[in-house]
Amino acid sequence: MNPYFARKFVIQGIFIATAVILLVRLFYLQIVNDKYLLSANNNVLRKILIYPARGVILDRKDRILVQNEPVYDIMVIPIEVKPFDTLAFCRLLEISKERFDRQFKKAVNQSIYKASVLEKQLSAKVYAAFQERLYQFPGFYVQNRTIRMYPDSLAAQFLGYIGEVNEKAIEKSKGFYAKGDYIGISGVEKSYEELLRGQRGVQNLMVDAFSRPKGHFAEGRYDTLAVSGEGLKSSLDKELQKLGEKLMNHKIGSIVAIEPATGEILAFVSSPSYNPNQMVGRQRGNNYMKLLNNPYKPMFIRPIQAEYPPGSIFKIVNALVAQQLGLINPSTTFVCGGGYRYGNRVMGCTHVHGPMNLSQSIQYSCNTYYGYTFNRMVDHAGMRSVEGYKKWQAAVAKFGIGSKLNIDLPNERKGLLPSADYYTKRFGSDKWTSGFNISLSIGQGELGITPLQMANIMAIVANRGYFYKPHLIKAIGANNVIKKEFTERINVGINSAYFISVIDGMSRVVNQGGGTAFNSKIQGIEMCGKTGTVQNPHGDDHSVFVAFAPRNNPKIAIAVIVENSGYGATWSAPIASLMVEKYLRDSITRPKAYMDRISNANLLPAVTKPISKPKIDTLKTKLKAKL
Amino acid sequence: MESKQRNIFFNVDKVTLALFVALCIIGWLNIYAAVYDPEKGNLFNLGTNYGKQFIFLVTAGILGILILVMDVKFFSTFSPLFYGISILLLLLVLVVGRNVGGNQAWIPLGNFRLQPSEFAKFATCLVLAQFLSTATIKTKAWQTTLQAAAIIGIPVALILAQPDVGSALTFASLIFVLYREGLSGYFLVFGLLAIVLFVLTLLLSKIVLIVGLVVIAGFLLTQIRNKKQWMRPIVLGTIGSILFIFSVDFTYNNILKAHHRNRIDVLLGKVEDLRGEGYNVNQSKIAIGSGRFWGKGFLQGTQTKYDFVPEQSTDFIFCTVGEEWGFVGSLVVVGLYLFLLLRIIFIAERQRSSFSRIYGYGVASILFCHFFLNLGMTMGLVPVIGIPLPFISYGGSSLWGFTLLLFILLRLDANRMGII
Repeated sequence: MNPYFARKFVIQGIFIATAVILLVRLFYLQIVNDKYLLSANNNVLRKILIYPARGVILDRKDRILVQNEPVYDIMVIPIEVKPFDTLAFCRLLEISKERFDRQFKKAVNQSIYKASVLEKQLSAKVYAAFQERLYQFPGFYVQNRTIRMYPDSLAAQFLGYIGEVNEKAIEKSKGFYAKGDYIGISGVEKSYEELLRGQRGVQNLMVDAFSRPKGHFAEGRYDTLAVSGEGLKSSLDKELQKLGEKLMNHKIGSIVAIEPATGEILAFVSSPSYNPNQMVGRQRGNNYMKLLNNPYKPMFIRPIQAEYPPGSIFKIVNALVAQQLGLINPSTTFVCGGGYRYGNRVMGCTHVHGPMNLSQSIQYSCNTYYGYTFNRMVDHAGMRSVEGYKKWQAAVAKFGIGSKLNIDLPNERKGLLPSADYYTKRFGSDKWTSGFNISLSIGQGELGITPLQMANIMAIVANRGYFYKPHLIKAIGANNVIKKEFTERINVGINSAYFISVIDGMSRVVNQGGGTAFNSKIQGIEMCGKTGTVQNPHGDDHSVFVAFAPRNNPKIAIAVIVENSGYGATWSAPIASLMVEKYLRDSITRPKAYMDRISNANLLPAVTKPISKPKIDTLKTKLKAKL
Repeated sequence: MESKQRNIFFNVDKVTLALFVALCIIGWLNIYAAVYDPEKGNLFNLGTNYGKQFIFLVTAGILGILILVMDVKFFSTFSPLFYGISILLLLLVLVVGRNVGGNQAWIPLGNFRLQPSEFAKFATCLVLAQFLSTATIKTKAWQTTLQAAAIIGIPVALILAQPDVGSALTFASLIFVLYREGLSGYFLVFGLLAIVLFVLTLLLSKIVLIVGLVVIAGFLLTQIRNKKQWMRPIVLGTIGSILFIFSVDFTYNNILKAHHRNRIDVLLGKVEDLRGEGYNVNQSKIAIGSGRFWGKGFLQGTQTKYDFVPEQSTDFIFCTVGEEWGFVGSLVVVGLYLFLLLRIIFIAERQRSSFSRIYGYGVASILFCHFFLNLGMTMGLVPVIGIPLPFISYGGSSLWGFTLLLFILLRLDANRMGII
């Protein structure tokens, strides 16, 4: 026997030991450690996002306000790019070589393995030309997206706009949004974002080592389809809105029209406006900056953000509240001697009206009458003035004044209705009386009311004592779902009988010769209205007109404000009357010249300094008597 | 004549033959899976790797039968001739060879390429067996050892010139043959120590290592009773180790090529380079690791199907096994190899002639070396060395080379009762 026979065991031992080492390693890789399975999946799976179409927004008669238009993003995966004819590429995309270099570098910096956007939102025309020659440019591909398109360029502030989602929103959404997604930034686009956005779809593609797609993972079992966003039916009447925007051309101000029976907003004009199509597409950034720098602030949503002391239209509220408090009745008469005297001061009136009853006081907008009325409510309510004021304030607040109406738009402002404490603090003691804030009687002073709130007051009067929450979206989705909160009637605590003489006065404002808005009378339609003037310490006064029509079974309540245009009767009332007629008759009977005078008028103030939001006047404002 | 032939086939070791066939079939299935493209369907196509491998398998079978019917003396008699031809081919490849992947290891022959280093393996084994079995040589003499080393060294030097470090390394496994035939066991221990020191030198600072060695040596000296006997080996061992540490540094920085250094660094975790040098191993580990216990199933491996692992039908074929057949399949393959290796040693030990025994050990050593280095590489245990997995990896030269290697042993074994 070979002398070294025993060494065979050593060699066998080494072989066995080696095999054991390999098996232990395999056990570790395949059983113990599970990170390799994840890595294998990461290698091979690519999530491809399918962007849903955003919900379309229609007007109340199913006419399109916003729809979607296909655009094309050019994507690039830098590592797959092979040398190509850069100049031809740039010519096709209509971009400069410098821009291409810059964009490409950006993509490379992001990741050379992942797809980045090279050029956004190319039109179908550019895309068609590019698509034909796409094969010449390996590493580039086209991704379909949609952008918003506004066929009539209407209602920009109402509809709002969308933009790319920012980091903060991505974080907040807990993974719903991803970089490059669009999100509503203002208007209905923002407030109804969750309905409009739809649900992104995902395709789990398997790719090979060169990122070439090789089919769906697990036969597409984990893929999801994109779900389009819900369509919205807005309460807006497109034709009415169009007319409103035309009439407000070259003017600063608002029109808000509400259907009293439902709270649906029929027109929502904020002027100056802008073309919403400017806020989409490749020029969006530039346009946005231009709009921001525009001195007339087109991005300011006046109907819900501008707060004005309401002026004479507030007399309607005071007349109703005083009756409800039992301090006046339709036959209560005060004698106007040209002003209301309190202490040794006088709040002037426009005329010497003589004896006035309630209905006449509305018709002639008598300041004196409301001086006395307010005095009764605060000083002669059988309690201390502070307590009287509190009662008055609570009653006024029920009209939706001084608090948000919670319209379905973001960034609504609540306006101003001062509390009793405010005055106590201001005057240093609670021994003040109506003389200290008598301007509230005629809607001046520390009051701030948005055009929406004004229109809502008209809806309350039209309904004789209640309203529905004003809203812009009438119904949601294919099933026309209506939000429950919009169907709840809200009472303002005024007995319907007290509206009779007030409405009587309002009718005479428009329909009786000598009424302050007689020039705006509509043949065959009994419109009830009230003019007002908002004192503007910075320039010409603002013209205000509120109305509803017809008198019986009203279909529309409206508020119109034209800034810097003087008396309410001059501009606001005719605009309102045209809107009302258009809505009720669907045509306008008055001569074309009547309308052209308004739509052609340019009432924009000269820009010397940036125009600020209307300030709420204080007591210091001299109490000029106005209509 | 008729009865003699039947006799030879009757005497062939059926177990080894079965293991050979099993490994070849496993290999072909996995090559098929590695090349499989779900988009192109699975028509049998001679232009694809699995089609070609099919031809290689058929020709390997014919080659095996040819070897079995040959006269048994043919191999021992002509071993110097085979060796000479191999050396000539290795020289020729340096002149006319085609450079594939940085190695000038291939001689183009029409549609196929021949890899001389694969044939040098069996030729070297034969000549080594012939040399060591010659009765006049005393295996313990230094001269014999040096001559044996020279027989191995010449092809190694030529292969290193290609430079194909991986193939050259497999010849180092012939140390097992020398050990079995009487080489001092210290060589194995030294070899192991050298590997450990090499790794430690690259991982630790030299000073820490040297201080550590001196402390261990001092500790041993104080603990051992018979100091006189152990004094010299320990002191010499320590000095030798310190010199070795410096030489490792030198070798690493000046002799090894940049990509070797990178592969070693990646393996030792000194650098993380999943896109560059570390890519292969990382993807290979992902493929094997993602197989889990049962594997993803035949043709279901995404790593291999979608080309994440490079060289997946040749050197990295085990990834497909690991990914599609899981731990169970890997266990089977490792088990089959271990069985084959132990069977070869069993066969070698039952030989009456020392030529056959030594040759048998040569076969076992070379197969073992491929088995360990290849699997170790795919699992990230040893640096990336481009050597195939015998009978499983795609490639004609390697399949024929290993078939020659194994079937000569089977032929010798079938005749074990006769006298060479």
